[in-house]
Amino acid sequence: MEVEEKQPRSISEIVSITEALIFVADEPITVKTLADVLEEDKETIEAAVEELKQEYEEREGGLQLREIAGGWQISTRTEYHEEVRKYLKTRPNAKLSLAALETLAVIAYKQPVTVPEILEIRGVQSASAIKTLLDKKLITAKGRKETVGRPMMYGTSKDFLLQFGLKDLSELPSIEDFEDLAQGM
Amino acid sequence: MEQTEQLSFDFYTEKPQITRESRDELKLHLGEFNGPLDLLLYLIKQEQANIFDIPIARITDEYLKYVRLMKHLDISVAGDFLVMAATLIEIKSKMLLPKEITEEAEEEMEDPRELLVRQLLEHQKFKNAAQMLYERTTVEQAVFSRGKIESDENNAETNASVFDLLTVFQKILSRHKEEVQMEIEREEITLADMLKTLKKRIFEQKELSLLEFFEEMHTRRELVTAFIAVLEIVRTESVRLRQTTTFGDIILKKI
Repeated sequence: MEVEEKQPRSISEIVSITEALIFVADEPITVKTLADVLEEDKETIEAAVEELKQEYEEREGGLQLREIAGGWQISTRTEYHEEVRKYLKTRPNAKLSLAALETLAVIAYKQPVTVPEILEIRGVQSASAIKTLLDKKLITAKGRKETVGRPMMYGTSKDFLLQFGLKDLSELPSIEDFEDLAQGM
Repeated sequence: MEQTEQLSFDFYTEKPQITRESRDELKLHLGEFNGPLDLLLYLIKQEQANIFDIPIARITDEYLKYVRLMKHLDISVAGDFLVMAATLIEIKSKMLLPKEITEEAEEEMEDPRELLVRQLLEHQKFKNAAQMLYERTTVEQAVFSRGKIESDENNAETNASVFDLLTVFQKILSRHKEEVQMEIEREEITLADMLKTLKKRIFEQKELSLLEFFEEMHTRRELVTAFIAVLEIVRTESVRLRQTTTFGDIILKKI
């Protein structure tokens, strides 16, 4: 065993390593993972990430650093999607049907929620929409509700956060915010 | 770009349409949202009515007109619509009942429309939430992040499983079947001996091709013993299996 006296890293070094790790991570990397790899405490990493984020914002380059699905990710800025798509030769994914979106909205706000509860709000059967959402891994089964018939409960998944660019569920606008809109019709 | 992206979607401009699907089938199409609550909201909007003061008689008439058209539709969809029709008629009849005009009673009396209004508002809220999700996903699709970098974990080449082992073994076994074997004397080799040989080979060569190793076996029995020895050594010793191509040779390596 080599005994090596570890030099404490400078802040800017921590920021740089953090950036390198976020860059190579293929999914949003959590502060905890960063802290584990760097063997620094979480507060230090949080400060480093914040500083890095600021650097990205000030630079106004083609990339952005953002918090999504509970971790940090480097991605392109929306402004350049046309060029990026042209290079990648990809087209936007097929959008969810409006019925699926509405079902997803009910699940996102009411989770864990059962099929009969979804029916009550939507006023229409949602079986095919639920199947689509399960296939796309946007929702997952969250056990059964201890009530008559023990219906399956559903909730949103991590992929949901990723696909809708959310840090976590609390980032969803409050459902009450939509009330004014509803009454204004 | 060949196609401009739709950033928002106005649910309310979606018009219900009755289309002729085939000679004897009519289809009611309410945008993609086809439920009784949607139809109701649409009709209320159409009539420019106040959601808190729904002109129930007029709306019910309109609603029933649509339901009549839907008799041609499949029952499960129509079923939901019929339940709502019944609800509307019930509310309508309740409202036609003469009211007692004592002040106290009026305050206490619940508007028969109240439950429906609440349901409509709730539904409306989630429609707005769905709209928000639609906008979010559109924006999100304009954001790209890095793809996967190859690492030991996601690289299939270095992840040989027991099943891969079995496949290699199977291959050799079938090759042996084809060979005409002249067995002169019965050679017995124990698992312990085989293990010893295998260990020696690995420690000498550092890397050992399993294909090569199995190839050296002459009988089915030896092959089986060799295979078990490999399984055993993977379990007990510090060795790693590496497969460079799918279904290819597997290399046993000392760590």
